[in-house]
Amino acid sequence: MSDAAESKTVRRLPGGVLATGLAVLVGLLFVGSLLTGPAGIGFRESLAALFTRDRDAVALIMQEIRLPRAILATMIGASLGLSGAVLQGYLRNPLAEPSLMGVSSSASLGAVLAIYTGVSAAFPIALPLMALAGAFAAVLVVRALAGAGGGSIALILAGVAVTSLTGAMTALALSLSPNPFAALEIVTWMLGSLADRSMTHVWLAAPFMVLGWLLLLGLGRALDALTLGEATAATLGISTGRVQNIAILGTALCVGAATAVAGAIGFVGLVVPHLLRPLVGAEPSRLLVASALGGAALLLAADIAVRLIAPEQDLKLGVLTALIGAPFFLWLIVRSREGLP
Amino acid sequence: MSTSHRRPGMRARERLFAGLAFLCLDAATAMAGPETARSDLPARVVSINLCTDQLALMIAAPGQIASVSFLARDRSMSVMADAARAYPENHGLAEQVFLMKPELVLAGTYMTASTVDLLRRLGITVEEFAPATSFADIRRDIARMGELLGHPKRAAELIAELDTRLAAASRVGGPRSPLAALYYANSYTSGRSTLPDEIVTLGGLRNLSRELGLAGVEKLPLEILVRHAPRVLVTGESYEGAPALAQEGFRHPALKGLGAEEVPAATADKYWICGGPFTAEAVRLLAEARDRVLPGLVRDRADIEARAPEGNVP
Repeated sequence: MSDAAESKTVRRLPGGVLATGLAVLVGLLFVGSLLTGPAGIGFRESLAALFTRDRDAVALIMQEIRLPRAILATMIGASLGLSGAVLQGYLRNPLAEPSLMGVSSSASLGAVLAIYTGVSAAFPIALPLMALAGAFAAVLVVRALAGAGGGSIALILAGVAVTSLTGAMTALALSLSPNPFAALEIVTWMLGSLADRSMTHVWLAAPFMVLGWLLLLGLGRALDALTLGEATAATLGISTGRVQNIAILGTALCVGAATAVAGAIGFVGLVVPHLLRPLVGAEPSRLLVASALGGAALLLAADIAVRLIAPEQDLKLGVLTALIGAPFFLWLIVRSREGLP
Repeated sequence: MSTSHRRPGMRARERLFAGLAFLCLDAATAMAGPETARSDLPARVVSINLCTDQLALMIAAPGQIASVSFLARDRSMSVMADAARAYPENHGLAEQVFLMKPELVLAGTYMTASTVDLLRRLGITVEEFAPATSFADIRRDIARMGELLGHPKRAAELIAELDTRLAAASRVGGPRSPLAALYYANSYTSGRSTLPDEIVTLGGLRNLSRELGLAGVEKLPLEILVRHAPRVLVTGESYEGAPALAQEGFRHPALKGLGAEEVPAATADKYWICGGPFTAEAVRLLAEARDRVLPGLVRDRADIEARAPEGNVP
């Protein structure tokens, strides 16, 4: 793929440098996440406790409370960043993103139905599966309403409609629960949280997310070809229908599993690809890995921040990602209006 | 679980009230003569609070109560569930209560302020009971309920029952007693100046939240709880059949990994929510848990004293 024109205007980093840099950043933030918590355990003690086979209090805190939280932040951030990059590339729309398209909200509804009806207590695997079904349905609906390559306005309207509808149904389902605490959890499902998640959640969500990553990362070459237009891509042997199916399935797997354990977390999939695109140039294939790493770094940082800002209040992750993402979103809208004829 | 909340600085005054209530009680019992002879007793009593429901059901004469709240019928929350079924239920709404033409309304001080204001403006006598934050509160509330309903003797019997059951259940604790943690939904706990704290202490255990300097109902992060590795763990109601994330903490592997003796309040919530003679049962459950985590050890000073003479006999 030639992008000589792009290379003149943006400063591209050589291949590998950006990915390595982001991977190091993710590694540092991962360790930072492990070291953040109210129990105030020292640096060496906490890292040693990660690998000990004892089951003392410090080992339990590190292995059963902080490790799953750091793993989930990394995997969910990567899933959201990667889905955002793929959706933007495949729909050729700068506003495509799981939460704006209503995919996260719809996955939340699936997860809520699984948990609060008691289905997931009997069959734990029902939790990611029902969230995945919700995500899948939302991508299909928004895709049908807005159309591939359709205007940003249509996409946003369809996303707003799906988000409002599924959000209302989530609130309704939680309000009808006889458990007095359920209604308070509407906030968690709409803004996302990783407080006190366990390894059980990691094992439930990880296989689906990894499968989703493999599907989405495999789309790199096809997305590159699609930047030349569907007709040209077809001559290169790219089947648009197949790309679409894989993109939808991969997004549903990633976002569904992520939302099932952490609720809907907005704006990661929107902000990260836009921030990284100038650094990788206009090749979607290079953007995919970078966006996955960037998403992981952003969510790890946000999850550290919620614990530092309000250690005992369980500040929701979506609050922080929206604080970063919403102004960015406004800027994108202004810019896209300027670009209109 | 418990809805008791912080009221610092009131404990001394409450003790004084409790003492005064006892004095008044004795005088009243001495003067009143046979209880049935009094004609000024409120006849149509409506209770709109789970805690006043239970005390009223224990103390009132048959027919004196016109209605109790719907919660009083719930076996998981009320020890008087069977007795409550004999009376019409109410949902604590002013309109509903007014139509029952009550002579006396019994209410809690918690969450019902607007209902109580409205009823008073309609000319109805309302007596409010604050949530009990200590056993002294419970004794005071029972005595007051006896006075209000005109059965001080019955109230005195209940207080005596509470004291007898407490004496039998409680254990002598000390600075080396096992540590217990109260862990409710959404990581809340009860610290100093709460009834659950006193229940834990009377059970011969140390309350982790009090030792951490918490007072009233406050957050206790899971990490901090695990860090102190309590031997006894009291968890809140888990709402079987209606799960929520709030109760997921109770099943967290880090908590299970502690191997602490669990006292699920789900099986004993009714002994914790309100204060009454039955609160002694919560103390007994904790004392039993304490005995299980101290196998083969000398359990308290009473035990030492009881065994000492036998040991000395040649």
